[in-house]
Amino acid sequence: MSETILVRAVTLPDGTSTDILVRDGRIAELGRAIFASADRLIDGAGLMVLPGLVDLHTHLREPGFEQSETVLSGSRAAAIGGFTAVHAMANTSPVADTAGVVEQVMSLGDRHGYVTVRPIGAVTRGLEGQQLSEIGAMANSRARVRVFSDDGTCVSDPLLMRRALEYVKTFGGVIAQHSQEPRLTEGAQMNEGTLSGELGLAGWPAVAEEAIIARDVLLAEHVGARLHVCHLSTAGSVDVVRWAKARGINVTAEVTPHHLLLTEQLAANYDSRYKVNPPLRRDEDVRAVREGLADGTIDIIATDHAPHPVEAKECEWAAAAFGMVGLESALSVVQASVVDTGMLDWADVARVFSKAPAAIAQLDGYENGIAVGAPASFTLYDPSVSRVFEAAQLRGKSANSPYLSTVLPGRVMTTVHRGYPTVLDGELVDSETVAASARSHDHTHNRSGASHG
Amino acid sequence: MRHLLSTRDLSRGEGITILDVAEGMAEVADREVRKLPALRGKTVVNLFFEDSTRTRISFEAAAKRLSADVINFSAKGSSVSKGESLKDTAQTLAAIGADAVVIRHGASGAPRVLADSGWIDAPVINAGDGTHEHPTQALLDAFTIRRRLHGNTARGRDLEGVSVTIVGDILHSRVARSNAWLLTTLGASVTFVAPATLLPIGIENWPVTVLYDLEAALGAHPDVVMMLRIQGERMHAAYFPNAREYSRIWGLDDARLALLAADTMVMHPGPMNRGLEISAGAADSPRSTVLEQVANGVSIRMAVLYLMLSGEGGK
Repeated sequence: MSETILVRAVTLPDGTSTDILVRDGRIAELGRAIFASADRLIDGAGLMVLPGLVDLHTHLREPGFEQSETVLSGSRAAAIGGFTAVHAMANTSPVADTAGVVEQVMSLGDRHGYVTVRPIGAVTRGLEGQQLSEIGAMANSRARVRVFSDDGTCVSDPLLMRRALEYVKTFGGVIAQHSQEPRLTEGAQMNEGTLSGELGLAGWPAVAEEAIIARDVLLAEHVGARLHVCHLSTAGSVDVVRWAKARGINVTAEVTPHHLLLTEQLAANYDSRYKVNPPLRRDEDVRAVREGLADGTIDIIATDHAPHPVEAKECEWAAAAFGMVGLESALSVVQASVVDTGMLDWADVARVFSKAPAAIAQLDGYENGIAVGAPASFTLYDPSVSRVFEAAQLRGKSANSPYLSTVLPGRVMTTVHRGYPTVLDGELVDSETVAASARSHDHTHNRSGASHG
Repeated sequence: MRHLLSTRDLSRGEGITILDVAEGMAEVADREVRKLPALRGKTVVNLFFEDSTRTRISFEAAAKRLSADVINFSAKGSSVSKGESLKDTAQTLAAIGADAVVIRHGASGAPRVLADSGWIDAPVINAGDGTHEHPTQALLDAFTIRRRLHGNTARGRDLEGVSVTIVGDILHSRVARSNAWLLTTLGASVTFVAPATLLPIGIENWPVTVLYDLEAALGAHPDVVMMLRIQGERMHAAYFPNAREYSRIWGLDDARLALLAADTMVMHPGPMNRGLEISAGAADSPRSTVLEQVANGVSIRMAVLYLMLSGEGGK
């Protein structure tokens, strides 16, 4: 029997105030001054409620790189960031290119229970860009994989990309492309421009991203498939996607919180915390991706949470790993970059960080946001506070955050996943309690499923 | 000045100070006993992750002439080649008691990372990092130019009004970068000449003039022509078709040498590819400063070590 939760006087994304009654894993009632008994009462005064955040781009590192992150530690980082679902990228070891691996990752996520973990399958076997992986087997597995990506490397072979787009169409899936022309980025270290020339770091030209996006949208149009563009980072990429959408091409695009806030200038002292793929770009690119997000050209925000052990960053720039952790800071960074600047309101945030990514990934339960009858997955966020972001606020295994010692607005106070709390009073609920809640939820869920015949 | 990481951070005053101190050091080289006691008891580590016999022995000679103890730590044959990190190496040197670290590294920015890391609390001198900077090379080039122009009256002078043309692989050259910042800071005007493939993107934002045409650049009668070493492997990455074509269009051959005024300096940071970017005639002509550059390199490095280690640089 799962607990009944009553949230009092919380503010919805549209600005209105409501109580929320959670019963049997679902939102049972909304409205002012709900009269009901509850096992747990949460005071929502001053807090914003957002539908549970859905990350379409997370590196959980398990199996294979458990020194950086595990499904459990990444799930905890996600929950404290306000997420209730994450999509685990395929670049694990072994690579998530078979039904066995994706089922394992999913069941680890289910067992820990902090968030729904949905695996992303590799497009090509071993991410090698040579041969399609067992896309059908993954799609038909218990993990029901719908998103396929070779993230970290680009499916650069145009014929293979065409076939991949066509083949996933068979299973109702989507290819999430990491758009990076490999020949144009050999040895590339940072955005190519005046600064890379001065620093003597091999440049990563914008065209290496834009050329692949342009090719892929035309391929998607030609074969009538869906394309999702991962973490686009340049003004030119926004223009290409805008053009493709105007033409009616079935394309969606994502931007990371860090590309909404940070610029290449941070590389000037060779501090490898700012080394990321795609690289941080210019001011005008940051402005363009914000505008693209505001006008709907960019559909979603996704973290590209990329944990790395200390030694992978504590070294010279060229030797350092690409990537930043982002789950714990994501909502704060989004607030700082596009909400506090007036470009998005909270209803937009609910769309680009919950409903739209769930729709791209065909994840059920997020269609209607905070609504009676919907699964109770939401987060209570206090946008009025501001705090110095420190390593102590991270909950994953790795500390390669670019925001440490900087001031960020907002704080996640409560996260509820499928009707049970994973975060309360700004702190994670302990692992055993969450796992027990998850088991109880599954039990109830399966029983009620049976009773419906 | 706690570290010497780049010439970009140097003010005109700091640059002139280093050149002036180097003048004093050069006088030592003319004495019977070429040694000063200034850094007795200090330990200078030459930390070379990349082979460079010339730069290493220049720093070694400089440190020894100041009576410092020198430890040469070469990546080859040490634990570095077995994958020891920069951090572990730096902490090892700190434990040994290095008073200054002269670092040559293949990765741009490695000296900056070392200086900012807290792994070692000693001055860091950049002896060339990737394709970023090589500040002591630029300082010795400026010193060489100033001496040629002003001889014994060089002290205290800047390079106002001097024109310097740098020819070759600007894109991959730390020498070109360090010279661009230092020479312009000292008042010189700098022109880069190269095919477009060997110029960095965004070069229009640098304080330099850019030309593709070497004849046109030489026709402007610069005071200094500096030829950069061209690496043969660049042609495999399609920067230019082959060495012959490069040499024909951007090499300083005898015919182009003849275009220069008698007192135009011909410089090269070495090692030279004779017959490729520079003809033997140009390399060996009286205009050539190649050997002066080597000799002056020791004086400059003495000055830098002295300023870093004697406490004079802390002002």
